[in-house]
Order: sequence, then structure tokens, then C-alpha cells
Amino acid sequence: MKDMTFSTLIAVFEEIFGRGLFWAMVAVAAVVTLAYLYVLIRDRAVSWRKFLLAQLSMPVGAVAAVIFVQAVTHSGFEDIGGPIDVIVLLAVAVVGAIGMAILVYTAQSLLTGRRSAE
Amino acid sequence: MVDRRDFLKLAALGATAGMATGTQAAPQPDPVETTARIVIIGAGAAGTALANRLVRRLDGAQITLIDPRRDHLYQPGLSLVATGLKPAGYVVSKTTDWLPDGVDLIPDRVAAVDPEAKTVATEGGEVLDYDWLVVAPGLVLDHDAIEGFSLDLVGRDGIGALYAGPDYAAKTWEAAGRFTEEGGVGIFTRPATEMKCAGAPLKHTFLIDDIAKRHGAAREVVYAAPQGSLFGVPIVAEKVRMLFEDRGIDTMMQSTLVAVEPGAKRATFRTETGLEERDYDYLHVIPPQRAPDFVVQSGLAWADKWVDQGWAEVDMHNLRHLRYPEIFALGDVAGVPKGKTAASVKWQVPVVEDHLVAAIEGKEGTGYYDGYTSCPLITRVGRAMLVEFDYHNNLTPSFPGVIAPLEELWISWLMKEVALKATYNAMLRGRA
Ligand SMILES: Cc1cc2nc3c(=O)[nH]c(=O)nc-3n(C[C@H](O)[C@H](O)[C@H](O)COP(=O)(O)OP(=O)(O)OC[C@H]3O[C@@H](n4cnc5c(N)ncnc54)[C@H](O)[C@@H]3O)c2cc1C
Repeated sequence: MKDMTFSTLIAVFEEIFGRGLFWAMVAVAAVVTLAYLYVLIRDRAVSWRKFLLAQLSMPVGAVAAVIFVQAVTHSGFEDIGGPIDVIVLLAVAVVGAIGMAILVYTAQSLLTGRRSAE
Repeated sequence: MVDRRDFLKLAALGATAGMATGTQAAPQPDPVETTARIVIIGAGAAGTALANRLVRRLDGAQITLIDPRRDHLYQPGLSLVATGLKPAGYVVSKTTDWLPDGVDLIPDRVAAVDPEAKTVATEGGEVLDYDWLVVAPGLVLDHDAIEGFSLDLVGRDGIGALYAGPDYAAKTWEAAGRFTEEGGVGIFTRPATEMKCAGAPLKHTFLIDDIAKRHGAAREVVYAAPQGSLFGVPIVAEKVRMLFEDRGIDTMMQSTLVAVEPGAKRATFRTETGLEERDYDYLHVIPPQRAPDFVVQSGLAWADKWVDQGWAEVDMHNLRHLRYPEIFALGDVAGVPKGKTAASVKWQVPVVEDHLVAAIEGKEGTGYYDGYTSCPLITRVGRAMLVEFDYHNNLTPSFPGVIAPLEELWISWLMKEVALKATYNAMLRGRA
């Protein structure tokens, strides 16, 4: 195997999604992350009520992520063939869960405004 | 949003394996100034990837590609088109989409090379002088070698031929799809010659059998090959044998398809004991493969190896012609012991780049190609084995202990479905 570099990885992603869509997605991810940090700093605390709802949304995110990946790739649970496959599946679910939680938390915070839910 | 993130993550995993590795780690040295005239025959996987890398390495070079084909074909995708998993358009783009600024493309076919006078002549009558020549015209499919067969049969009367291009791959699925529903006898062939992607005949067999099984079709699936073993690498051949046994796929070894009677749905094979006829409901044809005629006619081929096939006579470790040091042969046309795949191309291109640029500078290159090639060997819809090996028949797994080479895995399927085309495209652009 030759060197695996960050720029190669970027190049591959650009090809998967198209350059425009890839960077748009990176931008959206960055905006959501920034918005999340913004509400954290603005509220100077984690709102546990919002966090609860965010937590409740996590399984939804996990399942949606797995189903999405399987649908896009014409595959299913019966194709899991070894430990690495289980790890990939869990990774997909975890990323889906965390992504969903951050999204839900941030959306609530932005929609309900400063500390309004406390 | 969530979905996309997962997609990214997943793709990252896929992309880190297999052919998704790059050679861009070191910052590129300053471009070499030169007025060298470089001609590249063929703007397929190899020619395009090399052109994109050379424009970055050379300043002032005059780089000309010659290729009559308007469309660029992502050939590894043909296997997916021929099983209904992707549309024909999945493999088609434009040749010019991938070429860098600052190179010329002559949309014509090369008729002859004169390696003594250092000229290339096209069918249109143009004659180009070169200082350096890269021969990368891929290979020719010899459909006429099979008596009774012609491409207009594909899709009808249970005949498939997915190598012939995107439209024929789609037509192949028309015939194969019918077989997966109605069942019967399916015969899957491969040629006696060297061929591109030796895993592809196996993939088609596994996939069509799997889809037919899902439809509950009663069937007899037969894999017919002229060789004595199921794959060139013994340890892989043994694994395929076990999988065939598990799936109930029969084999006809040492059997070469020589004739087809489409009306009677009968195929004739040459075996050790004479001709043997077999009736079929679905027949998949992969014809003998050879170097384009001009390679032999221009005296660039091996004289004592592959005499019926005409592959270019090059050093297997740096792809430089053994008799004409200013000529390189790259990709499928190269007469090396293994690996007519895009994955090999990906590893060969930086080696040729290295030796070519060094030679222009009056130095010796150091790049060394040891036959690496890889094949995501699909074993059913949803699973594949990532088989990577070299000239020595050694397995060369990119992730030993993580992605086991001889295990049927979902992650290897994901790589084929999601990451492989992207990696191929990145390679074309000279970025992977
Ligand atoms: C069904 C199938 C499945 C495959 N699966 C895989 C896979 O899973 N993994 C993998 O790594 N590889 C796979 N491959 C192999 C891979 O596609 C080829 O090895 C690769 O494309 C070779 O690149 P090349 O540049 O040598 O040839 P090509 O990409 O075929 O390009 C050759 C170019 O030269 C041009 N040309 C031909 N003759 C002339 C002439 N006389 N003058 C000028 N130009 C000419 C052609 O028009 C063409 O554009 C597969 C191939 C097939 C057919």
C-alpha cells in the first residue's frame, strides 16, 4: 500500500459527491457545529431538557443512518460477514445518533431562543 | 444532514482501503523544464492518469494524447450494469472531462508507430514526431474468434457479453435477468488468453447465481474456463473452489468456448478430449483479448511470449520497453505477468512518471512496480472479498487483520459500490 494522505481522501470524497456538493456538505456540517458551539456558549450551560429530547432522538438517527446506507448500497444486515463489518455498522449508527442529537439540540436552542426553555 | 455524515464516514472507511491509496505524500518537487515532445497513445485509465501527473511534473513539455473515443468508460462498473444494479450511464463520461489544460488531444486512431524514426502515424494520415512515447491503448476484444457469435445477439436468446461496453452490459442484464427469474442452465465463460480483470467472470457468475437464488429460480450454474484452476493466485483459487462448492456452482475446467448456435441455444467447447456441446438457457461470453494490431505490426510486442496476443515487450518492474528505451507501455497492453486492472494502472502510473521524468533530466528513475493488483471479488449482492496480490502470488492486504483478504465482507462490497469509482476518478485526475 502506498501513502494514504489527507489530500487523497479529500480527492476521493470530491469524486463521490461531486466537488460542489461535497464542499456544501462540509459547509453545512461546519455551520451546524458552529451553531451548536454558539448556543453552548450563549447559554453558558447545557440545557438538560433540550439534551433529553436530543438523546431521545439518537436512536432515530442511528436507525435512519443504517437504513440509508443499506438502501444506497443494495445491502442488508444479512451481509455482515466479519468483525470489521459489525464495527462499520456500529460506526454508521453512532455517527447517525450523534449527528442527529447535535442537530436536534441546536435546532431547539435556536428556535426557542435564549434560555427560554429553562 | 445526519445521513450525509454517515455516508461520509462510511465512505471514509471504504476509501481508506483497496486502491484508495495515493502517492501525493511528499510535496511535489519543482517542475522540470523541458521542451520534450511526449506522445501518449490512448486516453483511457492509464493515459489520462499519466497525462494529469506529467503536466504537474514538467514545465514546457509538449504532451499529445491520441484517442478516437469520445466517451471515457469506467469499466469496473460494467459488472454492476450487467446485473441491473446500476444504469448504463454509470460508467460513461467524456474523455475530455478528465484531461488537464495544456495537453493536446488528437481524436484519431493510431495506425502505426515507427520506433526507429520515432514517429506515430494515425489512421487520418497525421504523423507525429516524439521524443518519448507512452503506449496505453488498452486491449482489443476479439468477439469474432467465437464462431456464430456476434454482438447483435447480446440480450437476445439468452446471450450476455458484459465486456463489450455499457450498452451491451445493459443488454446482458436483459438476458441474465430473464435467467434469474426463469432459471435453467447458465454457463459462464472466460477466454484462454490473458484478460482484463480476471475476477470479472467470477463476479458475474456469483452475482447472477445470487440474484436467481433470491428469486427462487431452479437452475444449474456452470463456470467454464480454459485454465486448470479458478484463479491465477493459488490461494484465491482454492477459496473460490470452496465458495463454488458452497453455492452449488459446477465447473468445466480446460474448456474453451469456440462456437455458439444461438437458435438452438447450444455452445461448443474445446476440451482436452475434443469438442463438447452444451445446451444453455443463459450463456455469458468473454472473448479472447489481444493487443491492438499496431503494437505487433510496429514491432513493439514480445517475440517469444504471448505470441498470439501481442502484448508490449517491457520491463515488468518499470514498464520501459526492452528494445526502445524512449518507449513505455502502460496498462492493459503491457506484457507483464499479472494485473490487467485499473488498480495495477494506479500503481504503474507513478512508476512510469518517475522513470520518464528522470530520463528527461538525464537521470535514472528509482520507481519499482512489483505487480500489485487488486480485485474486489464480489461473491453475492452485498458481499465481496478484497483480493490484493503481486507478481509472486503473495497476498498484499492493505489492512492485514482488519480487512481479511479471503473473507466475504460487507465492507469490501461497500468499497466496490461506493468508493471504487471515486478512487478511480481521483486516479484519472492524477490525485490518487
Ligand atoms: C467488466 C470489467 C470489469 C473490470 N473490473 C475491474 C475492477 O474491479 N478493478 C480494476 O482495477 N479493474 C477492473 N477492470 C479493468 C480496467 O478497467 C482496465 O484494466 C483499465 O481500464 C485499463 O486501462 P488502460 O488505460 O490500459 O485501457 P483503457 O482504459 O481501456 O483505455 C484504452 C484507451 O485507448 C484507446 N485506444 C485503443 N486503441 C487505440 C489506437 N489504436 N489509437 C489510439 N487510441 C486507442 C481506447 O479508445 C481507450 O480510450 C475491469 C474491466 C472490465 C472490462
